Amino acid sequence: MSSRVFFQTILIINLLLVLLPVFFLFNSSLRESNEFARTPFALARDPYWENYQRVWSEGEFGSYFINSFIITIGSLILILILALGAGFVLGRYSFRGNNLIFGFILTGMLIPAKLAILPLFIQLKWMNLLDSRLGLIFVYSSAALPAAIFIMSGFFKSLPTDLDNAARIDGASEFQLLRKVLVPLVRPGMAIVAIYSAIPIWNDFFLPLVFLQSPEKKTLMQGLTVFFGQYASQWGVLFAGLCLAALPLIVLYLILSEQFIKGLTAGAVKG
Amino acid sequence: MASALRREQNRTTSALLIPALAVIVIFTTIPAVTTLSYAFFGWEGFQRNTFVGLENFKKLFTYPYIDQLLAALRHNTIAFVVIMTFQTSLGLLLAYAMFRVKRGLRLYRVVVFLPVIFSLVVVGYLWQALLDPYYGPVNQIIAGLGFPEFAKPWLGDTATALPSLMFINLWRWVGFPAIVFLAGLNAINTEYIEAARIDGASESQIFRKIIFPLLAPSLTIITVLTFIGAYEWFDLPFVLGGSNGSPAGATDTLALMFYRLSFGSIDSGANNVGVGSALGVLIFTLVGLGAALGSALLRRREVEQ
Repeated sequence: MSSRVFFQTILIINLLLVLLPVFFLFNSSLRESNEFARTPFALARDPYWENYQRVWSEGEFGSYFINSFIITIGSLILILILALGAGFVLGRYSFRGNNLIFGFILTGMLIPAKLAILPLFIQLKWMNLLDSRLGLIFVYSSAALPAAIFIMSGFFKSLPTDLDNAARIDGASEFQLLRKVLVPLVRPGMAIVAIYSAIPIWNDFFLPLVFLQSPEKKTLMQGLTVFFGQYASQWGVLFAGLCLAALPLIVLYLILSEQFIKGLTAGAVKG
Repeated sequence: MASALRREQNRTTSALLIPALAVIVIFTTIPAVTTLSYAFFGWEGFQRNTFVGLENFKKLFTYPYIDQLLAALRHNTIAFVVIMTFQTSLGLLLAYAMFRVKRGLRLYRVVVFLPVIFSLVVVGYLWQALLDPYYGPVNQIIAGLGFPEFAKPWLGDTATALPSLMFINLWRWVGFPAIVFLAGLNAINTEYIEAARIDGASESQIFRKIIFPLLAPSLTIITVLTFIGAYEWFDLPFVLGGSNGSPAGATDTLALMFYRLSFGSIDSGANNVGVGSALGVLIFTLVGLGAALGSALLRRREVEQ
C-alpha cells in the first residue's frame, strides 16, 4: 500500500469516527423515545419533530439559551472594548512601565480561574455580584483579557507608524486615530479574540455551576444537567436538547471554520 | 507641540489602560493572591475564623483526606500519561496524514477539529448515550460482531470508567494537537525534506531524523498544555461521574476533590474551605512547577531551523 493511500485511509476512518456519533445524535433526536429504545440504529425516516417542540416549550430551555446568549455577548463586548484600548496603548506607545504592565497582564494568563474560585465566590458575594449574570460577565472578561490584550497588542504593533503620524498631521486626536484608522485594520485580530473568548464562555458550565443558583438565571450547559435529570430515559427529548445546545456553534463553525481553528489554537500556534 | 501630544497620549493611556487593568486586578489578581492566605485560616462555612498555620495542610495529609488525595493524584497521573501517549501520537499521525494528503485537506481539517468546538457537557452526555449498557450502539456493535462478553457497562464499572473517560477525552481533544502539529509541519522548510529524499532517505527516516526533531516546539506546547489539562481535569469527570467520581471514586480527580471540599457534596456533606484551599495551593504549585520545569527541559532539546 502506498503511503498516500495509507494516510488517506487514516483520515477517512477519523472522519467516520467523528461524524458517525454526531449523525447518531441528530438522527436519534428525530425519533420517538420508545422507537429509539427498540431499535437505536434505525434511520429517522419520518422525522419526529415533537421532541424539539417539547424541549423548547416544556422546560426552561428557552431561558437557559437566552441567558447563555446574554452572558456570552456581554462578555465579548466588554473584552473587545477593553482589549482594543489596552492593546492599542501597549502595542503602540512607548512609555515608562510599558513592559512592566505588559508582563503583569501576561501573568494573568497563567492563573487558572478555577483554583481562585473560593476567594472569587466570597468576593462576588460581598460585591453583590453572586447569582448575577453581570458578575459572571466580569469574571469571564477578566479570565479572557490577558490573552486578548496580548493578541491585540501584537496586531497593533504590526501596523506601520506612518499611519499614526499621517493621522495626527491631519488633526486627528488619539481616540480618533484608534477608532477611525487603526480599528478597521485590526479586524482579523478582533475575530481571533472574539472566537478565542466566546467559545469557552458559551461552552462553560463550571462557573455557572458555582456562581448561579436561581433557576431563571441558569445557562444552557448548566441547564442541560438539570434537563438530563428531568427527562431521564426520554431519549428523543434528551437528544433534541443536546442538538439544540450544540447547533449554534456547529453552524457558526461551518461558516467560519478557518477563524475558529485560528482562534481556538491562538497561543499554541505562532502567527 | 511634542509635549502637547505627549500629554494627550498620557491621558489616552490612563483612559484606555486603567479599565482593563481594574477588571483583571479585581477579578483575577486579588482572588489568586488571597487564595493563598485562605489555606492558613480555620473556616466555618464561608466565614473565616482564626489563623491556624499549617493545620489545613496537616489535615489534608492525614486520614480521611490523604486516601482521597492519593487516589485522585493517581487518576490524574494516569490521565496525563495515557492522554500524552495516545492523544498526542494520534494527533501527530492525523497531522502528518493531513500534511501528506493532497486532496480533501480542507474537509479533513474541518472535520478533525470539529469535536474541539463542542461543549464537554454535550460530549459527555452524547457518549453516555453511546456507551449505554442497554441501548448504546457501542455495545450493540460489539455484540453484533460476535463478542457479547465484551459488551460492558463502560461508565458504570470501576475497571472501565476511567479508561472510558480518557477515550471520550481523546475523541473530543485529538483535533487540537493535530492542528498544532500541522501548523508545525507547514512551517518546516521543505528544502530539508527534498534534499533528504534526493539523498535516498526512506519515508520513515525522513520523519524520524528530520521532521520529528523540527516539530519539537509544537511538542513542547502540547506537552505543557496536556500536563496542565490532565492535572486540572474537571469537566468531563464531573459531567459523567458527578462530584464524587463515581463509580466508587474510580474517576475522582484533584479538581473534583477541590470542588467537594470547597462547596460540599451530597455524600460528604458540609464544605471545608480551609482544607480545600490547602488542596488548591497544592494543585497550583504542582501544575505551575511541572509546567515550568517541563517547558524548560523540553525547550533545551528544540533545534534551530
